[in-house]
Amino acid sequence: MNKLIFEKSTKDRQAILFPKVQVRKKNIDDLLPKSFIRQSSPSLPELSELEVVRHFVGLSNLNHCIDTGFYPLGSCTMKYNPKINDAMANIAGFRELHPLQPEDQIQGALELLYSLQQNIADIVGLPAVTLQPSAGAQGELLGLMLIKAYFKNKGDNSRVKVIVPDTAHGTNPASAALAGFEVVEIGSNVKGLVDIDSLKASLGPDVAAIMLTNPNTLGLFEEDIQYIQKLVHDSGALLYYDGANLNAIMGLVRPGDMGFDVCHLNLHKTFSTPHGGGGPGGCAVAVRQHLEPFLPVPIVKKNNDNSYSFDYDRPQSVGKIKGFYGNFGILVRALSYILAHGANGLSQVSKDAILSANYLKSKLKNNYQFPYTQSCMHEFVMSGSKQKARGVSTTNIAKRLLDFGIHAPTVYFPLLVPEAMMIEPTETESKQTLDEFIDVMLQIDKETIESPDIVLNAPTKTPVGKLDEALAARKPNLRWNPNS
Amino acid sequence: MSDHKEEQIHFPYLPHTKEDRIKMLEAIGVKSFEELIAQIPKDIRISNLSIASGLSELELSQKINQLAQKNKPLSEQISFVGGGVYRRFVPAVVPSIVSRSEFATSYTPYQPEVSQGTLQAIYEFQTVICLLTNMDVANASMYDGPTAAAEACAMATRITQRNKVLVAHNINPEYFSVVKTYTKTCGLAFETIDFSAKEGAIDSNKLNIDESTACVLVQYPNFFGCLEDLDVLAQKVHAAKALLIVACDPISLGLLEAPGSFGADIVVGDAQQCGNNLSFGGPTAGFMACRNQFVRQLPGRLVGVTQDNRGQRAFTLTLQTREQHIRRAKATSNICTNQALNALTMLVYLSLLGPNGLKEVAELSLQSAHYLKEELSRIPNITIYFTKPFFNEFVIETPYEAKQVLTLLREQNILGGLNLDRFYPDNVHFKKCILIATTEMNSKDDIDKYIEVMKQVISNLNGKAHSGNCISPLVSKCL
Repeated sequence: MNKLIFEKSTKDRQAILFPKVQVRKKNIDDLLPKSFIRQSSPSLPELSELEVVRHFVGLSNLNHCIDTGFYPLGSCTMKYNPKINDAMANIAGFRELHPLQPEDQIQGALELLYSLQQNIADIVGLPAVTLQPSAGAQGELLGLMLIKAYFKNKGDNSRVKVIVPDTAHGTNPASAALAGFEVVEIGSNVKGLVDIDSLKASLGPDVAAIMLTNPNTLGLFEEDIQYIQKLVHDSGALLYYDGANLNAIMGLVRPGDMGFDVCHLNLHKTFSTPHGGGGPGGCAVAVRQHLEPFLPVPIVKKNNDNSYSFDYDRPQSVGKIKGFYGNFGILVRALSYILAHGANGLSQVSKDAILSANYLKSKLKNNYQFPYTQSCMHEFVMSGSKQKARGVSTTNIAKRLLDFGIHAPTVYFPLLVPEAMMIEPTETESKQTLDEFIDVMLQIDKETIESPDIVLNAPTKTPVGKLDEALAARKPNLRWNPNS
Repeated sequence: MSDHKEEQIHFPYLPHTKEDRIKMLEAIGVKSFEELIAQIPKDIRISNLSIASGLSELELSQKINQLAQKNKPLSEQISFVGGGVYRRFVPAVVPSIVSRSEFATSYTPYQPEVSQGTLQAIYEFQTVICLLTNMDVANASMYDGPTAAAEACAMATRITQRNKVLVAHNINPEYFSVVKTYTKTCGLAFETIDFSAKEGAIDSNKLNIDESTACVLVQYPNFFGCLEDLDVLAQKVHAAKALLIVACDPISLGLLEAPGSFGADIVVGDAQQCGNNLSFGGPTAGFMACRNQFVRQLPGRLVGVTQDNRGQRAFTLTLQTREQHIRRAKATSNICTNQALNALTMLVYLSLLGPNGLKEVAELSLQSAHYLKEELSRIPNITIYFTKPFFNEFVIETPYEAKQVLTLLREQNILGGLNLDRFYPDNVHFKKCILIATTEMNSKDDIDKYIEVMKQVISNLNGKAHSGNCISPLVSKCL
């Protein structure tokens, strides 16, 4: 069992020493009233430097990560995170830059932001870009705020609803609700695409927008997108593009050309910035010209003398949604990624992502059930229903994969596919890795017939076994207590 | 776009060879890649993007370094700039641990059996936040301090079922703006609390609390560096059955009494100072802690303890029925990705410092600031603007426009602080005010140099003002 760092603490150990106070020192009692002086020190852990290092290296060894193995977690785009991008974000000229320095001292940073905006505008086919949101969900919230501001500015206060398909990411309805919209869910047709009749029935003068992911979360391209955009726009509503699946379409088709008005991109997915165990992410929101006045302050602009500056004078702006200018360190990485690939490289990224997903699909189709047979884009959803009939669930299969050093796919999402497994190989995995994964998936299928107990009892090779998640929720223990 | 006619074979990070691609297409049973994307309508397809051709790693490094060289980072000058973001010492262990692949290139711990490292670290982070703030429970992190404050206000309205958010006008302007945007979005009433022009803190007798007030948000120390009387505030707020939200500075809590000890209901803050780089304002992490009874209204991820089937203690994401991937439109927040790596950074930093190291950093900052304040106050024509006790940041006023003074300091390679006018353009009194911060990065020599140069600057401006001459070419350009 791994001890907590608090359980390794020994009083009066200290890893890092600081210089003595050099200035004329006073008694703290003379500087601060007694009521403000902390009476008892926080019980932070007290360890030597080596103990701290061993603790965290020990913890790190318990994690699966891209650099150790295949990570086909659908919808999360777990591609390789190039090391050069980390190095670029760590250059002193960026790392040691304070966000409130005078503008003439931050010209490089502004130029970088401007350049990334330009590149993203080209990739998505929408002219105006902000890089302020922290992550995809915040980008969604911002996009919906822009839509709200747009209609309010037009004097149209009747558009209180946002439509989301039943296959949408959970953040879509959550963001819409947070932005003050009523969420209307529409169904999917037998091909796994937006059900046009359901859409038609939902559209009306009270609808502000529809949020779509294209390719959708089943990995399928919404081939009726042009008709959908016409229906939506004819009804007076706008189209919101959830860019979580942008990795499938770079250089092939652009959200702007599909008719979308607002689009967010998860830079930590398509543009390869490290996921960090759940963040930091990065996000861009791109919009059509008529939504540009509402973008958050500040906007980076290029001046006539080729210098760059922040524009805060934007009276119609929705305001600020995050401190400063976005997750800048992540933005450096995203721009590095784009520059390394160039137009041809980005297009090849999407083509290889699609090729790899279809290759996996073709090799698994005889053993797993595929509810949708058309070719997929960068990911696909298959069902473990055949295996379930043998008494082995998708959860069991997911856990069995862990024994092979492979991360599980996204499971039980989208909800309309029973025993769903959403698999996204990404373009950075070699054919050898894909073949190994196929072999493992076929072996697990065989095990569900010949020796299901192996699968049912998995995982056995991971640092911990199957967890009692109900216990964690029933008796929440969310912190260590010094008195325990 | 590439001028090369010949077909590009190699792309960065893409392993498939031409032969691989052919074999895979064959296995799929299609003749060409185009067949795979036949569903994309032809008339919206594009032939290519218009962005430039790809760069080799060498070229990329040169290009990005050129951009970085156009910046002048704080490491190249003597800086007293703070305003919520502070340059602090980052122990070498911090980047060494945090850059490990196993932490940096993993995702949200959806499969706990292969994510115990991240999960245990988050549990320890939650604990550290509780210990620092003296609160019961904390979440796995928020995007940053400002968004944590905004989510705290939204949380308070859910708990109290009231609609009005009272926000002190002397909280950090980034926090202020973000809270304002979020409350507006969520349909909440947003009202500001004025600060005392003399003291710099909130006058608790002038709180406009009524039965619709969900919460009062203050900062401790506030944007001007002053300490708010949290105990008095807490009493007033609680008497009206509203909640007190405190945005705090984690470093200051090595010396200052914790917000929880004064009765705060929700405490938020930013992890930047604890091992995270300045990085032009992000990424950092926000933290959020609250009293036990509010745990089910907390936004974001929570990690809890459980057991595995081998009888071992283990960690897992828990109470997920609050979250968007389960509750969708009814979730407590839309947050999904948070700032796990920046939270880990803060955890590693605080583990290295321990209670004693944290106190040392806090005291270095406090002593330097008070020494600097005392010396500056001796310079004729400089006054200390606010009277409330402060931690490591304070406001001075000179007879001259802050912009002018700061520009002259820059000629001596000193960033002398922040021009308050930039943040409160409507407040005419702030035109001549400068917000000055110190940390352990300011040596005595640097502080003494600042004092000397400031003396010269004020004396020169004084002389020029009397003779009527222009100050210097640089200043005239900036005015």
